Amino acid sequence: MADVNPPNRPLSPFMIGPVYRPQITSVMSILHRVTGVGLTLAAILVVWWFLALGAGPADFARVDGFLTSWFGGLILIGSLAAFWYHFCNGIRHLFWDAGYGFDLPTVHKSGKAVIAATAILTVLTLILAF
Amino acid sequence: MDFRTDRQRVEGLGSAHEGVGHWWSQRITSIALVPLTLLFIFPFARHLGQDYAAVRAAYANPFNAIVALLLIVTVFLHLWQGLQVVIEDYVQGKPARTALLLANTLFCWAMGLVGVFAVARIVFAG
Repeated sequence: MADVNPPNRPLSPFMIGPVYRPQITSVMSILHRVTGVGLTLAAILVVWWFLALGAGPADFARVDGFLTSWFGGLILIGSLAAFWYHFCNGIRHLFWDAGYGFDLPTVHKSGKAVIAATAILTVLTLILAF
Repeated sequence: MDFRTDRQRVEGLGSAHEGVGHWWSQRITSIALVPLTLLFIFPFARHLGQDYAAVRAAYANPFNAIVALLLIVTVFLHLWQGLQVVIEDYVQGKPARTALLLANTLFCWAMGLVGVFAVARIVFAG
């Protein structure tokens, strides 16, 4: 039944922008997905790093060299920020899933807390890495 | 032979035909990833740029290797589930959607198994 009329309806984020003003809630929600998709690259890099670590010193030097180069470093900084955002906001989502923190003032407060925690944790791990 | 009535078979499953199974499974990997990523990321940040022998020895250690294995398996399960939802939400048209869902499944399982192989080699190849 569902496939009789292929829907010509707009796809999900069409509301934000032309119809609906971006807000901290909607922007943080879409950022959760963007960082999640983006972290695919970080996951590939970690697997690549482990492969090289098992392969031998020459391969490891190449991968580690790339990751510690300015370009690799840029990817790492982006990955770290994306990871901490997804991590913190994911915990925020888990609280929602458990039924807590749904009222608007709390949603705004937890949103700001996620942004602050992301910044702090990103800087902290960067200090540890460099 | 299925002794359940038709109604019993579909009750609670909804239009997605799998009920809350996918949603629930994604929460399980989310919760598992909270300690796993924390256990992984701080040593990993320190090991980046260190010399080969030290890093190799660190991940030949059973605890670090098990954390890495659990993390890799859980990450790619979680990624598989997450990318699936994103594809289902934003990709229109059955052929493109099916192709991407298939690619997602193959990619995540392949990467996950390559990751498991990579860590296992570090531990067992000495």
